[in-house]
Amino acid sequence: MKFTGKSIKYGDNVDTDVIIPARYLNTSDKKELASHCMEDIDKEFKSKVCDGDIMVAGFNFGCGSSREHAPIAIKESGISLVIAKSFARIFYRNSINIGLAIVECDEAVEGISDGDRVEADLDAGVIYNKTTGKSFQIQPFPEFIQKIIQNGGLVRSIQVGEIK
Amino acid sequence: MAMTMTQKILAAHAGLDKVEAGQLILVDLDRVLGNDITSPVAIREFDRIGAKAVFDKDKVTMVMDHFAPNKDIKAAVQCKMCREFCDKHEVTHFYDVGQMGIEHALLPEKGLVVPGDVVIGADSHTCTYGALGAFSTGVGSTDMACGMATGKAWFKVPSAIKFVLKGKLNKFVSGKDVILHIIGKIGVDGALYKSMEFVGEGVSALTVFDRLTIANMAIEAGAKNGIFEVDEQTEAYVKERSDRKFTAYKADEDAVYDAVYEIDLSTIKSTVAFPHLPENTKTFDEIEDIKIDQVVIGSCTNGHYKDLEEAAQILKGRKVAKRVRAIIIPATQDIYLKALENGLLKIFIEAGCIVSTPTCGPCLGGYMGILAAGERAVATTNRNFVGRMGDVASEVYLASPAVAAASAVAGKIADPLSL
Repeated sequence: MKFTGKSIKYGDNVDTDVIIPARYLNTSDKKELASHCMEDIDKEFKSKVCDGDIMVAGFNFGCGSSREHAPIAIKESGISLVIAKSFARIFYRNSINIGLAIVECDEAVEGISDGDRVEADLDAGVIYNKTTGKSFQIQPFPEFIQKIIQNGGLVRSIQVGEIK
Repeated sequence: MAMTMTQKILAAHAGLDKVEAGQLILVDLDRVLGNDITSPVAIREFDRIGAKAVFDKDKVTMVMDHFAPNKDIKAAVQCKMCREFCDKHEVTHFYDVGQMGIEHALLPEKGLVVPGDVVIGADSHTCTYGALGAFSTGVGSTDMACGMATGKAWFKVPSAIKFVLKGKLNKFVSGKDVILHIIGKIGVDGALYKSMEFVGEGVSALTVFDRLTIANMAIEAGAKNGIFEVDEQTEAYVKERSDRKFTAYKADEDAVYDAVYEIDLSTIKSTVAFPHLPENTKTFDEIEDIKIDQVVIGSCTNGHYKDLEEAAQILKGRKVAKRVRAIIIPATQDIYLKALENGLLKIFIEAGCIVSTPTCGPCLGGYMGILAAGERAVATTNRNFVGRMGDVASEVYLASPAVAAASAVAGKIADPLSL
């Protein structure tokens, strides 16, 4: 899986309440959720995000609620990949299950500034900052999780009989 | 290889003799839970799987608690979708207005979780049931959908942090103070991906309700689950509510932990988590005068009868301070009724509080007590993130029922010992 886009960067402990505030959870409409994505932490997000952009953040990204609306809102707003120092575990699972690409890499987060042009190749295990010319190695997912992602999410994995 | 409590439960449900941290396994589920916010997304995925029926109609549970009684038309549509799904699939444990309570208070009360169970719920505070010696953890809607269809979920076996409890809690100090103290110590990602296992003689000095509060907030330290060793109190609580046979798992003597903390309960003081993270904890020797606008006593964390009783002790014969709105939310219908029968509601209303039907409402900024910019609330809820209870410029201070009640009376964040 390859990704390319500009970086939109945040700090540590970005919680699901700021990713998609609960006051909008009276719907599960993807477009509507995306229209409020990040609004409590970054009012500019909606206007600056372009298809393919890469979100970069610190520790414990996606902490808080189990709302799958959070990765859905991020994915639907056009973000192709989230790079963080660490993810809260439910957000991590949800992202894999719905097919939002995520990766943990301390060095990449340190080495990418807001607005940098970034390329990532998860199969080759490399993140490349085109703006600075620096590259970073990443750990591949365990095979079990790779299969879920390759199948296009958990639902598809069940459909193809991977999980019974 | 020696196993932790959590690892033993997971191994038993994966049909394996042993498991080790990091191993990916597929486990059988004893219960799959969802609420009115997460279930609609799960129902859509369930239909997409093409499943004809739920794996076991007695093991799927839906509770309409977040935006119910319906806060607006969209919320009404979501609840309707859940209701129709549960009717179609003859789901036994569907709890709607009239029977419903806040899910994590309701399930233990109804005897739907016993020690040794594996429970997933599309709600992050599903970790609550670890108080009863079960493995329970929050997941998203897709996991819920697949769980409803197959009765299984995949897990990476967690490593664990052990908390050895000793001593007894002091007056006005409760489970909430214990867990805030721990989160203050290890941080909001201090137990990321791990189990928090609570053992030691101090466990029996805590009521089952204190344990429910502690396990409930394991997620606020990033944990996969929080779990307590089963004792006589757990057995009595469960047997009163369920006929199911159960297994109480204990960790092996030589189980390996990432860290071990010894906690003397008698040294814990009333603790308040300041905005905007549950780890920003302070005790009253560090807290100056902070005026407040609202108090909320309730939620899956602290809406138990015991919590209301602690608040009533303080509010009895006293008045809520001028310009403070005090909102009390019993977590279930049974708790509400008991509070009525025992005169607690009278105490609350005479003090100037309002008492609401069970709902998650204000905890997540849904309805029933939203804050304006610049307003502050002391709440017995579980999160104080930016905008959690309303405007992004409002503030939530997390505290115990005793501190919340004392604060309502004082009009500022107050130590119950100071009244």
